[in-house]
Order: sequence, then structure tokens, then C-alpha cells
Amino acid sequence: MKAYLTRRYMFSASHRLHSEQLSAEENNITYGKCNNPYGHGHNYSLELTVSGPVDEQTGMVCNLADLDGFVREQILERYDHQNLNLLPEFAHEVPTTENLCISIYDIVKRGFRAAHLERVRIEETMMNAFEYAGQET
Amino acid sequence: MVYLTRKAEFSASHYYHNPSFTPEENARVFGKCNNPNGHGHNYTLEVTVKGAVDPRSGFVVDLKQLKEIMSREVLDALDHRFLNKEVPEFLTRIPTTENIAIAIWQRLAPKLKSAQLHRVRVYETPDLFVDFYGEA
Repeated sequence: MKAYLTRRYMFSASHRLHSEQLSAEENNITYGKCNNPYGHGHNYSLELTVSGPVDEQTGMVCNLADLDGFVREQILERYDHQNLNLLPEFAHEVPTTENLCISIYDIVKRGFRAAHLERVRIEETMMNAFEYAGQET
Repeated sequence: MVYLTRKAEFSASHYYHNPSFTPEENARVFGKCNNPNGHGHNYTLEVTVKGAVDPRSGFVVDLKQLKEIMSREVLDALDHRFLNKEVPEFLTRIPTTENIAIAIWQRLAPKLKSAQLHRVRVYETPDLFVDFYGEA
């Protein structure tokens, strides 16, 4: 029996939306308040959905302790209370929540083997959410 | 095709234990959830059904009937129960959120007539939920 397990995590980080490929004026028009050079922050809510057959011995898609441990070490320690613009993945990419979804998807996809990653969903605020489920094939 | 979701809540206790594991394995795999005295959660259940809208009633499903089926088949059996000891499915299966979602699907699917069951979602806490779509 295949089931889908979704786990929610929280982290807080700051960022500034600014593209090297746009002029100062274009950045201002495109990103508005988010282009403030001092940056600003959000409480991000991250949802990871993994899937797989429910193991008959444990009743689980994967052990939650393994998923929590992986996310704590690889995601929360990397992003929580950080300035996203200073991280290597955002040296030349704008740290929008779209790009953050893709970065987190790639880390989990590469490193977490206990279940199949279906989807990354991030709420930047209660009013907006972003999802990434890998490249369409 | 239109999808309709009905929500319900139930509170229950459980613990995780596999009798074929040694005590050490049970402790390692299930951690705090292995405490044989059990612990509890306020579960939130979301049942999603799908179907064509009936041109006479404008309904996908009669919500009153769906509510009654959910109450009778699920809530009466699970609410304020010790799942491991009082619910037949969990005498032999571990009452993880995954298995609870599967058991609820198996209870509801044969009882629904006009609409088809699409998804059972069970929240164990606001930070953890399982979806089951009846996939083998």
C-alpha cells in the first residue's frame, strides 16, 4: 500500500530580492519593497512530502526520526537564522521562495534515501505558498 | 468531476510495537512511541470524494449522508479509544498514521455509493499528515 507522508518544519531567514541581470531601476520595479538593500525576513513554513510502500514491519513510509534528523542537519542548520543571499546557492541566483524550493528539493532528493521525495512546499507568509515537485519529464 | 472534502476530528491513544522485534529493536525503531502505556493525539481527518455534480440536487454527494457514514464507520470506532486494544485492525497492524489512513479508507470505500472516495488525509499533529489514495 502506497502512502504519502507530509511533515512540516519552520525556519526563519532574511533575504533581499535583487538580480544582477537587471538595472537598479528594473530591480526596483520588479521587486519593490523586497529590493530594500538591507534585506528583510520571513518565518518560512516548509512542507516535505515523501511517498513509498508502508513497511509491514514498522507501519511506516519511512522513520520520522530519520527524516527529522536529515532535515535538521541538512536544511534547518543551513537556512535557519541565516541571510539567504550569503549562501553559495544564492551567490548568483535570486533567493525567491521559488528558488528556495528548488534548492531544498535538490538537497533532499540527493541525500535522503529512505523514501521517495514527492514535493517541496514553502509558505513564505500565510498568504503565499510555492511548490516544486522536480522537473517535468 | 468535482472534489468535495469533509473534515472531522477524533482523539485516540496508541503506541508502536512490533512483537517480532526485540525490546531493543522496538525502542530503537519507535523511540518514545514505544511506551506500552500509550500516548494520544487529536487527529484531524479529511475525507475527499469525487464525482459528477447531480443535475437535480447540485451535489457531488449528500453531505449529510457522508457525515453519517464517517461518524458511524470511523468516529464511533476510533474516537476516545486506545487504538491498539480496541480497534480490530490494530490488533495485528501498528496504528501508525499511515495505517490509520489505510484503515479509514478500507472502512469508508465500500460504504460510499453516489460518490467515489478520492483521498483520506489524517493529521496526527498540525505538522504531520498522511495521504492515502487507495493505491496498492
